[in-house]
Amino acid sequence: MGYFTSRRGFLAGALSAGALAGLPGVAGAASAAQAEQLVQGLVGDVNTVIASGASEAAMIAEFERIFVRYGDMPYIAAYVMGADGRRATGAQKKAFTAAFQGYAARKYGKQFRKFIGSAINVSGTQKVKNAYQVATVAKLRGQSPFEVTFFVGEKSGRFYNMYVEGVNMLLTERTEIGAMLDLRRGDIDAMIADLRQAG
Amino acid sequence: MYIKIGFFLMRIPRLTARAPVLRAFAGVVLITGLAGCATPGPGETRDGVFDPQEPANRRVHAFNKRIYSRLSGDGEPGFVESLPNPVKNGVVNFSDTVALPQTVVNQLLQGRLLRASRNTLRFSVNATLGVAGLIDVASPMGLPEDRSNFGETLYVWGFPEGGYMELPVLGPSTERETVGLFVDFFTDPFAYVLPSPQRYVRYGARLGELMIKRSDYGDAIDAVMEGSADSYAQARVIWLEKRRHELGDDSIEGSGFIDPEALDTEGF
Repeated sequence: MGYFTSRRGFLAGALSAGALAGLPGVAGAASAAQAEQLVQGLVGDVNTVIASGASEAAMIAEFERIFVRYGDMPYIAAYVMGADGRRATGAQKKAFTAAFQGYAARKYGKQFRKFIGSAINVSGTQKVKNAYQVATVAKLRGQSPFEVTFFVGEKSGRFYNMYVEGVNMLLTERTEIGAMLDLRRGDIDAMIADLRQAG
Repeated sequence: MYIKIGFFLMRIPRLTARAPVLRAFAGVVLITGLAGCATPGPGETRDGVFDPQEPANRRVHAFNKRIYSRLSGDGEPGFVESLPNPVKNGVVNFSDTVALPQTVVNQLLQGRLLRASRNTLRFSVNATLGVAGLIDVASPMGLPEDRSNFGETLYVWGFPEGGYMELPVLGPSTERETVGLFVDFFTDPFAYVLPSPQRYVRYGARLGELMIKRSDYGDAIDAVMEGSADSYAQARVIWLEKRRHELGDDSIEGSGFIDPEALDTEGF
């Protein structure tokens, strides 16, 4: 309190408040804060589920809900389907998005479960073109910390990609979905049926 | 580029003076390897990877996969997994310590003097206080593990990544990394200090370290090797992304920026 009542302190406070208020118009800094908030919320929800000690099936169902709440699902689904998405019917697209959600929750959820007793912390946000990169550091027991970077779309305000130690989730999953399609000789319905069992 | 290759060839006779056959072999590998580090055209595979030797690489992958499933032993805790943690840490720390002189040489070649001197200090501390490298006392002192190899040096010097390669037993690599591997093999400073049998201790330690790391990350590796539709393509994309990230290389297509608005998401 004393800081703000002194004249110099008041001036500094007024300046920083002005800087904060002025930034949104210049560089969309309010969105940067929102992007960071989104990731904070996502990480917080994941940590809560991990700490709950629920069964694996219950945790995975929760992870899917979190994924849908924070993620830009149409974008992620369209990206991982790649060029094959263009020949998919409307029904196939919808079925694929739903199947992919569950698959991702199972696949990544199983890895998250090992994070019990760990902490994920946001370390910084950077704007690159029309996206925000929110860097986090995951500290696991008995392992050296590693970076997980979330990408949040400026327009959508949702996360659409993540990098784990530089490994790009969208690219990795596009490769996997492509391989699943190849196994089925390009049959989209068969691939979706496989995807429901995978992960 | 040709000047740099010439520079290498001039150095080879001195570096491997004790083994004329190996010297000739290293020379051939360097010439064919670096000349073969072709710059890719447009992305050759779906994920934009340059993989001109894919059929041969896939045969090596099938071989590696057989070894992997033989060693992982279906759910039962294997020999490596059952080792007590202090033993595992000792092997990993020892392997790191004996690799440090090589890291320092490479960081000097890369012009990274600060990191080279930090690693020199790390080596001195761990080799003495750390009981011949078995205990990592340097990390808590603010000198964390920071490894390098000649593959990274070639990257720093501007050589292209070249095609993707999968090596027997050692796994994913690129043409540039494979050349680096050979150069590192023939230029280990330890080999010039230690007599013949002892100098191979390093490779034993490295092999032990690899096996321990593979068992530590067993679940994640299992997910790729057994759980994916095409383990070759998954290992390829994941390894390339991770290696480019380690090197700080974001110049290659596929590892760059993905635009969150540049897709038609209608109907998804």
